[in-house]
Amino acid sequence: MDSEGRQTILNPEAWVDRYADYLYNYAISRVGDENIAKDILQDTFVAALQASKSFKGNAAERTWLVAILKHKIIDHYRRSNSQKAKAEVPLSSEFDFSGEGNPLQRQIADPESIRENDSIENSELGVAIQNCLSQIPQNHARAFSLKTIEHWTTEDICKELNISPSNLWVMVHRARTALMECLNTQWFKNN
Amino acid sequence: MISCDEAAVICSKTQYREAGLWEGLQLRMHLLICKSCASFSRNNKQLSNLCDQAVIKTLTTEEKSRLKERLQSSPSKDA
Repeated sequence: MDSEGRQTILNPEAWVDRYADYLYNYAISRVGDENIAKDILQDTFVAALQASKSFKGNAAERTWLVAILKHKIIDHYRRSNSQKAKAEVPLSSEFDFSGEGNPLQRQIADPESIRENDSIENSELGVAIQNCLSQIPQNHARAFSLKTIEHWTTEDICKELNISPSNLWVMVHRARTALMECLNTQWFKNN
Repeated sequence: MISCDEAAVICSKTQYREAGLWEGLQLRMHLLICKSCASFSRNNKQLSNLCDQAVIKTLTTEEKSRLKERLQSSPSKDA
């Protein structure tokens, strides 16, 4: 029997292209650290692959992956909470300028931290945009993403995707139109 | 006179400052007389602002291929 007719069949090969950026931004907005988010993302995909046999098919693939991601994020906080209980805070090293810095200072002054430089709302907005992008035709999303988010030149994108500039603009335009509609329902209603 | 479809694509191109001089002129003429395109143009501009303001991270192509390799090397558990 041919299983292609089933709409809910899982397609692990396409997960990364289709959902990785959305799930990645989602994880960043919850844990505030890019490297931890990358680990969680990988754990999520591996867990999803291992559980794919038990995928009931009553949820969309995307929803299912987000549910697994949420579990992995909770796992992460559970782990870091149990480590916190064991952590030692050397009080005397508050004025230690040996270069290493103490754990507290490192936490406060991390310039890479997303939460410190940008409002949480802006990273939520990023998640909302990626969420919408993961629901529109993939080639439109890719064209839009390369142009708008990664700021590639038109020439480079045309080479990469093997399309003409006028093709690219139509794809970018369709993506923008779909995004406006999607953000209208998902972002503006909640804010 | 350009059609609404043409105007809309030029409008999206304008968001990246990549519309030509003539295209830009045609678009402006169109927006003067077409209310629905004018409203589309405002929304399109707002989308550009949102994208500038949003914190959006993307995985690099290398990171994505590494993820794919990882997925291929850990086959799903057979029942």
